[in-house]
Amino acid sequence: MDKLTTVDGRAYPFGMKNVDTDIVIPAHWLKTISRNGLGKGAFEVLRKEPGNVFDDPDYAGSPILIAGDNFGCGSSREHAAWALGDLGIKVVIAPSFSDIFSGNAFKNGILTVVLPQEAVDRLLEVAKTDPIHVDLDAQTVTTQFQDRFAFEIDPFRKHCLLGGLDEIGLTLGEVDVIDSYEATVAQDRPWIVPAAVA
Amino acid sequence: MVKSRTLYEKIWDAHVVERRPDGTCLIYIDRHLVHEVTSPQAFEGLRLAGRKVRRPDLTLAVPDHNLPTTPRRDADGKRIPIADPESAQQLAALERNAPEFGVRLIGDADLEQGIVHVVGPEQGFTLPGTTLVCGDSHTSSHGALGALAFGIGTSEVEHVLATQTLLLKQSKTMEVVVDGELAPGVTPKDVALAICGRIGTAGGTGYVMEYRGSVFRDMSIEGRLTVANMSIEAGARSGLFAPDEKTFAYIEGRPMAPKGADFDAAVAYWKTLATDEGAVFDKTVVIDAADIVPNVTWGTSPEDVVAVTGVVPDPSSFADPSKQAAAQKSLDYMGLTAGQKMADVAIEHVFIGSCTNSRIEDLRAAASLLKGRHIAAGIKHAMVVPGSGLVKQMAESEGLDRIFLDAGFEWREPGCSACLGMNPDKVPAGERCASTSNRNFMGRQGPGSRTHLVSPEMAAAAAITGRLTDVRELLKEEKGLVA
Repeated sequence: MDKLTTVDGRAYPFGMKNVDTDIVIPAHWLKTISRNGLGKGAFEVLRKEPGNVFDDPDYAGSPILIAGDNFGCGSSREHAAWALGDLGIKVVIAPSFSDIFSGNAFKNGILTVVLPQEAVDRLLEVAKTDPIHVDLDAQTVTTQFQDRFAFEIDPFRKHCLLGGLDEIGLTLGEVDVIDSYEATVAQDRPWIVPAAVA
Repeated sequence: MVKSRTLYEKIWDAHVVERRPDGTCLIYIDRHLVHEVTSPQAFEGLRLAGRKVRRPDLTLAVPDHNLPTTPRRDADGKRIPIADPESAQQLAALERNAPEFGVRLIGDADLEQGIVHVVGPEQGFTLPGTTLVCGDSHTSSHGALGALAFGIGTSEVEHVLATQTLLLKQSKTMEVVVDGELAPGVTPKDVALAICGRIGTAGGTGYVMEYRGSVFRDMSIEGRLTVANMSIEAGARSGLFAPDEKTFAYIEGRPMAPKGADFDAAVAYWKTLATDEGAVFDKTVVIDAADIVPNVTWGTSPEDVVAVTGVVPDPSSFADPSKQAAAQKSLDYMGLTAGQKMADVAIEHVFIGSCTNSRIEDLRAAASLLKGRHIAAGIKHAMVVPGSGLVKQMAESEGLDRIFLDAGFEWREPGCSACLGMNPDKVPAGERCASTSNRNFMGRQGPGSRTHLVSPEMAAAAAITGRLTDVRELLKEEKGLVA
């Protein structure tokens, strides 16, 4: 996974509340075999509306999404996080997130930043004209207008994002304990390995 | 003194690779079943990161979710391509990924192919006391053999492929006790539905269940698979049965099971797993077997359960206002009115299949009622989808296929089929299906489809009369004929 330290750039001033994962990526995209390419289906229904932020050339390629309360509610489909990643989004800022979505986002190297509604409202204003700066190490979101909003993050998640460490990479870092567990089991329960089938 | 432990706690303890300060544990996974829908991105993730499957020997791939149930090979043995390009692509991905990563694949036209949760036990891949995962929520099924088995998401599939472990927090424990004897016509499916009806679809959230009491002890392994399968419908990711002599007899001689001295050593270990006397569960649910009757669902949640002799409930009869609103929405969707007798509800479709009820005992039970009878005129479509090629073969050797065909059913190739309508087997909008599957969600069997969950016996009875029917009426009739 790519390291995430600071993210600088324009932000989609989205702001919508209770965006469920069906809005992020409709169910018919679930028959894909790839994590990639789901950006095409991201916010598919909303993008049919004229003047939507996702098709506004001003925001094209923005690495930040600013959303409303309870972002990512609904189904557990990891495709929602994959779709945002495929759009190039690295940070989502909102007053709150569904637990499952923020877990899935984290597993895919996307930072979810929780800020109070007033701060989100201010950032939605700034985002219309100017870039936003997110510093994970300092745990701040700042603008060139002296705005400075601090946010909280689980230390383990911060550590993983800063180091570009995915959970699999971390677990593989402890491969010794897995090796020794397997060695013990091979002694105690050798029959555990499935019989080979010709 | 050693602390008394439950079956779940014993399996958990035996699989802790490492315990973290916050209580999270790295848990070893003994068995991993992989199918075509939730695995492509996981394999792709491995490929992009240059990683391997740590233990291909503990992994088994079987396509099931979106395979058509029409013939897969023509008369010359040539493959008939899947019409839906996206389904074809998911199958092709599995056929490419399995050999690339060294994983054994049971192919779509192999005799052993079937629904992963039928294949695992059948092949002896599922063993007591193991941890078993699959990217599918009905993985709970394997708890019937005493395996700690649960569904996982795609990132977790990849994590297991790469590391053979998962980071997990220990669940709470719930015992579900059913003592007594089931009356004639009352099946394991009715027990499972009774549990969902009693505790609700969130009742088991955060718990691992253990099924205890004489009804579960007396139940066949296949019946236990039906009950464990539906643990997830009651909110529990896993549901366990203590392995016993029936379990050992079921496993012995299966292709991937331990053999000879290994089998004896395994049995000796499995006998130590049962919950200790004095072990404490976090929650206990007790149901009297005498209170369980043939059940049907009336709504769009597996907890919407009523006796087939009962009536559609009045939404205002529910205490919780949000449940009242949900019930009204369900009735509107289902096209039912409060007070209507369930046994008056006419149906157009019958589906016998799914990981809940597609095993040989299920097919025998349905066939025994259908023998010498025919589906009612109002039934537009009735089909049997055996859980695996081996189930299908056994059924054919017993002549069950003839009984179903003579009764007007279609006899299909194995797969998940109309349980979730990912393949072409769908129930049309506004039409009603008596289904032996596990979920009656809105649109589950196809957009606008209306599902009534029932046992295989009740599905057969509904097919014969063209309406939801108390199977005991037909059983009485049969008795009358004999007498």
